[in-house]
Amino acid sequence: MLELNPQTIAFFIFAVFGLGGALGLVTTRNLIHSALYLILSLFGGAGFFVLLSAPFLAAVQVLVYIGAIAILFIFAVMLTRGMTRLKEVVNRQWWASAAVGAILFALLLTGVILPVWGDGGTNPNQPPTDLVATTEDLGVALVDGNQYVLPFLVSSLLLTGAMIGAIVVARDQEVS
Amino acid sequence: MPTQCLDILNTPAACLISSGIDPGLAEFIGILLGVLAVSIAPLVIVIGLIWVERKFAARVQDRIGPNRVGPLGLLQTVADALKLITKEDITPAGADRLIFNLAPIVAVTSVVLMWAVIPFSPYHVGVDLSIGVLYVAAVGSIGTLAIMMAGWSSNNKYALLGAFRVVAQLVSYEVPMVLALLIPVLLAGSMSIQEIVNSQRGMWFFFFSPIAAILLFISTQAEAGRAPFDLIEAESELVAGYNIEYSGMKFGLFFAGEFVHVLTNGLMLALLFFGGWVGPFVDDAPLLGVVYLFAKGAVFYVFSLLLRNALPRVRIDQMLAFNWKFLVPVAIVNLIVTAGLWMVVRQLGIAPGAGFENDFLANVPAAAIMFAGHLLLGGIIMTMVRNAGRRQRAKDTTTTALTVADDQKMVTAQ
Repeated sequence: MLELNPQTIAFFIFAVFGLGGALGLVTTRNLIHSALYLILSLFGGAGFFVLLSAPFLAAVQVLVYIGAIAILFIFAVMLTRGMTRLKEVVNRQWWASAAVGAILFALLLTGVILPVWGDGGTNPNQPPTDLVATTEDLGVALVDGNQYVLPFLVSSLLLTGAMIGAIVVARDQEVS
Repeated sequence: MPTQCLDILNTPAACLISSGIDPGLAEFIGILLGVLAVSIAPLVIVIGLIWVERKFAARVQDRIGPNRVGPLGLLQTVADALKLITKEDITPAGADRLIFNLAPIVAVTSVVLMWAVIPFSPYHVGVDLSIGVLYVAAVGSIGTLAIMMAGWSSNNKYALLGAFRVVAQLVSYEVPMVLALLIPVLLAGSMSIQEIVNSQRGMWFFFFSPIAAILLFISTQAEAGRAPFDLIEAESELVAGYNIEYSGMKFGLFFAGEFVHVLTNGLMLALLFFGGWVGPFVDDAPLLGVVYLFAKGAVFYVFSLLLRNALPRVRIDQMLAFNWKFLVPVAIVNLIVTAGLWMVVRQLGIAPGAGFENDFLANVPAAAIMFAGHLLLGGIIMTMVRNAGRRQRAKDTTTTALTVADDQKMVTAQ
């Protein structure tokens, strides 16, 4: 069933990056190492986007998540040097996060993976989609009145609001 | 990938297939040769670049520069590289060993990876990605990570201070850079770099949007950490910055990465705004394109060197104010104006019609209108900057005058 071609090999390499990175992220006690594991995990995600013929999303994943968000994480951790050597691996809410993680995993498994798993899937008649979306389609979808222009504008407004809020909070009080 | 065999230099894969080799193997050999050339070329070119840089800096500072090893000191860099390799490989005590050793590799990789999408001629390109421009920006942002890793893992306060400055500088200057990169994408209607170069056969994009080209030059200068934006390794303030604990070839890798980055920026500017490999007779002899591209890139490289040696380093608050209060607003206005002008030019039917895109004369009216519009915009921006400067100076002089008057009053009162 599983044939060994370059794509499968790439898939497994990215899977190791993604899962290994995620595992390292939650088990290491050094927060900088955690952030670097997070980058490894995100990189694995970018690799999956490439394999799924979505190079635009892959580039955006690297540019936004690795290039900006993860870097800001590291920066924040560096500023709080006392946080870099934690004593314990788990804290008091560990059971809550474990439950949330397990439920999420079960939901994804039943909702997304089982219907298309092998020949004995619960919904074997569902054909694999032949939809190929290009970057152009994505751009059009974001500004088309019938598609996602409203969510796009709302999220833009939210980000602008967050930015103005941050500026107000950080503003020097003496400046009137 | 071209499927017809023209000659062995330009279409090796197609020619190998026609000579009877298994197509899969021929394709593999073609790609392997491309990968080797693209990954080794920057690291070999850097040896020459360092010589150019030292000679040029020496000339600016009224010195001779390297002149002992080989004719004109040409072999000086080779000797230096040999010295760096033979030096002891030191990892400071208390350093995070893995991250410390990984950082220089990540720094060089992020720059060399950019070469994968650079089209050197109509046929010679590592891979013509449909998202080429975005790929360059994404891969470039990994360089920030390398400097953070180096700064933190060294366990040295100067290195950490250098790493702190990186976030402020590199992440900020990515904003005007990406906004400037959008202009050629908008004009060509594609993010593929090969496509962008092809659309410049009639007219360079520089004449459609000169301001964007200047913005890209300034912001990439900052991205490479070059003076006047070399705060991440400000020698007089941080001793050496993020690379203070590095020695030997690991230190050499950081510098090789920086030099290649500056050349890559020159090549990107040439590709996106100055026609890349486009030039006379390039269709008859595609390898001429390599010469054109590197000649254009070299002009911007030398210009970058001139700036580096002629300008003093800016303060960190000046650097951030320059970015957020000047470059970013200008980049946004420039994007709106360019898109608007381009729309007007196309609606009025001034843009060259189908089949005439590659004709120089057919492009002239559209380019003239766009260029004039940008000159006007540049004039308005410069006038606003001049007025703001004058107001600031007037404020400064009045406050100084007031304080002097206050001082005199105090003296007389006493």
